[in-house]
Amino acid sequence: MDEIAPEYDVVVLGTGLTECVLSGVLSVKGKKVLHIDRNDHYGGEAASVNIETLFKKYGNYNKGEEPWKKYGRVNDWNIDLIPKLLMSNGELTNILVSTDVTRYLEFKQIAGSYVQQGRSPKATVAKVPSDAGEALRSPLMGIFEKRRAKKFLEWVGAFNEDDPTTHAGLSINTCVPRDVYDYFGLEPGTRDFIGHAMALYHDDQYIREKGASLDMIQRIRLYVNSMARYGKSPYIYPLYGLGELPQGFARLSAIYGGTYMLNTNIEEIIYEGGKAAGIRATMKERGEEGEGMKFTTKAKKILGDPSYFPGKVQVVGHVLRAICILTHPVPNTDNGDSAQIIIPQSQVGRQNDIYIAIVSSAHNVCPKGYYIAIVSTIAEGDSNHHLELQPGFERLGKIEEKFMGPPIPLYKPLESGVSDNIFISNSYDATSHFETTTDDVRDIYRRAEGHELVVEGLREGTNLVQEE
Amino acid sequence: MATRAPIASRPGGSRFAQFKLVLLGESAVGKSSLVLRFVKDQFDDYRESTIGAAFLTQTISLDDTTTVKFEIWDTAGQERYKSLAPMYYRNANCAVVVYDITQASSLDKAKAWVKELQRQANENIIIALAGNKLDLVQDSSSSDAPAGNPDKRAISTAEAEAYAREAGLLFFETSAKTAENVRELFTAIARKLPLDQAGPRGLPRGPRPGVDLRPEAAGTQGGGACNC
Ligand SMILES: Nc1nc2c(ncn2[C@@H]2O[C@H](COP(=O)(O)OP(=O)(O)O)[C@@H](O)[C@H]2O)c(=O)[nH]1
Ligand SMILES: [Mg+2]
Repeated sequence: MDEIAPEYDVVVLGTGLTECVLSGVLSVKGKKVLHIDRNDHYGGEAASVNIETLFKKYGNYNKGEEPWKKYGRVNDWNIDLIPKLLMSNGELTNILVSTDVTRYLEFKQIAGSYVQQGRSPKATVAKVPSDAGEALRSPLMGIFEKRRAKKFLEWVGAFNEDDPTTHAGLSINTCVPRDVYDYFGLEPGTRDFIGHAMALYHDDQYIREKGASLDMIQRIRLYVNSMARYGKSPYIYPLYGLGELPQGFARLSAIYGGTYMLNTNIEEIIYEGGKAAGIRATMKERGEEGEGMKFTTKAKKILGDPSYFPGKVQVVGHVLRAICILTHPVPNTDNGDSAQIIIPQSQVGRQNDIYIAIVSSAHNVCPKGYYIAIVSTIAEGDSNHHLELQPGFERLGKIEEKFMGPPIPLYKPLESGVSDNIFISNSYDATSHFETTTDDVRDIYRRAEGHELVVEGLREGTNLVQEE
Repeated sequence: MATRAPIASRPGGSRFAQFKLVLLGESAVGKSSLVLRFVKDQFDDYRESTIGAAFLTQTISLDDTTTVKFEIWDTAGQERYKSLAPMYYRNANCAVVVYDITQASSLDKAKAWVKELQRQANENIIIALAGNKLDLVQDSSSSDAPAGNPDKRAISTAEAEAYAREAGLLFFETSAKTAENVRELFTAIARKLPLDQAGPRGLPRGPRPGVDLRPEAAGTQGGGACNC
């Protein structure tokens, strides 16, 4: 087996999406990258797994049983461990296009975007209106409220940050979103679906947050423009599951010279004068005889996910997730092959929204006739977590199989990395899309490289064997 | 991606089909060199790594009416530490598994890759075995350019051929350096691909099942204007 180089510009630990995007970008920029994962597969916490692996991970069956056998070929399943969707006009789409990683992937629309109003048994589930015209037809509002919502959405559409005449007399930089809602006289239910199902805030803190009005306007515009791009919903999803995304960026990195090692344990991070300077590691396949391949190498910088740096991260919250297998489309989603349903917190007496992401065989993630629905939220109590997700389960109809573990801790790094050369990513949070993931990519890039990441035209002028 | 080998009939009854081809085999046996020879008709003795040659296309005309386009995926070096992703195998219609006829262990590695393909790839994938670096064992009397040495051969043609027959693989000994058998290898694969599935009229090349992410493909743009 070839020798590992004695020194790399960057060693990256963990092959989650954040890490793989960074490896890809850094490799394209000419950095010498060594990318390691302790697992035998790409994706880390954000991998997509087959149904046998899923049963084994959650262990919800008796010894000697093989419950996955009744679900067809195990490899026809690609079940995401973390539910997220891409906004069609979002930053991840932008990065995928700029880096040409789209060549390795195929995307499909999510068939619909829905929001719940009220609480079971009287809950209404309806399409999120995506423009002023749809607002007028929406069952979510009464006749006068529809007109107000239409006015509000038209205002958001015409809003121009640099042109105060479009600001409706509001001082946008200092007013809070509640002032904006008040100005348009919107009712609480309307505020709920606009703030939570369009602006995609997962709690209500933004309402009182100084300066958040502009952010809210931008979020609504991202939603509306993403919606307008392909028509059915603002979301797209990669065939074969989200696990394809890190693989695509890893391939980009490899094409530009990045070295990839799975099945590799980090024995030690080597420090020199308080700064990370290298790693000592062992590559050994599962079941492989002997000691494996031991090596040390120097690194100017180390990037990685929180699981590789237990002493350097803090827990900032817990997410609850339940993966459900269904044999029917989710009720009230127009029999679509996929959907997102958002249950705004205040509708069910919570502080955090409940999200349901549904995909199916149309996305090559399961055999025909099956649907995978993932229900998630941020944990609010210390026990009875199952009950916190209950409003979500109630939307699903009959559930064949439910996989739910203990609350999942969310980590953030304690330090920026500037002082010790270790740049740690955040855990995948509870949001339903990748916008916070790409924010993290940009933030880590800035911390590690000292300048902003520009993805536009990234591959232009890079010296490649010409591709057709 | 060549997910379903779209086959289309063109005016005049000609057929056009696209297939995904992947390369496998131990590091340094000449996978990237074979691709470069096939696609660009080039060879470079001192190319040490695979940078950039990871996604190329080449078409072969089988006869006046039939054209096959290969979408070729090179490993990008991810085979070195056994870190190829499932994405690499996904929907591959055909594979070239390469070994180096001067390296005894490389055929065993090739056999392991064939097994891996059978585990990970489509059931009906077409696999060709290529014993590369043929020039190294040919002395100059047997060919114009090479100045090889028959003693360097570590794997006999008969042994590899017997294995290929048993495992149902196409088999060629090749040289990326002299181009010997390179075109023949890819042509043989093209002939074995299920072109006939197109039927007399062929399948129309319908729109891709998915969405096209490129900005110019989208109906509207995010830029300044909003679609509210
Ligand atoms: N003599 C000879 N050398 C070759 C041949 N094919 C590849 N090589 C050399 O073998 C080395 C590895 O080739 P490469 O294509 O990078 O191998 P890969 O790792 O399998 O992609 C390079 O130095 C090539 O120049 C061949 O047919 N004959
Ligand atoms: Mg190569």
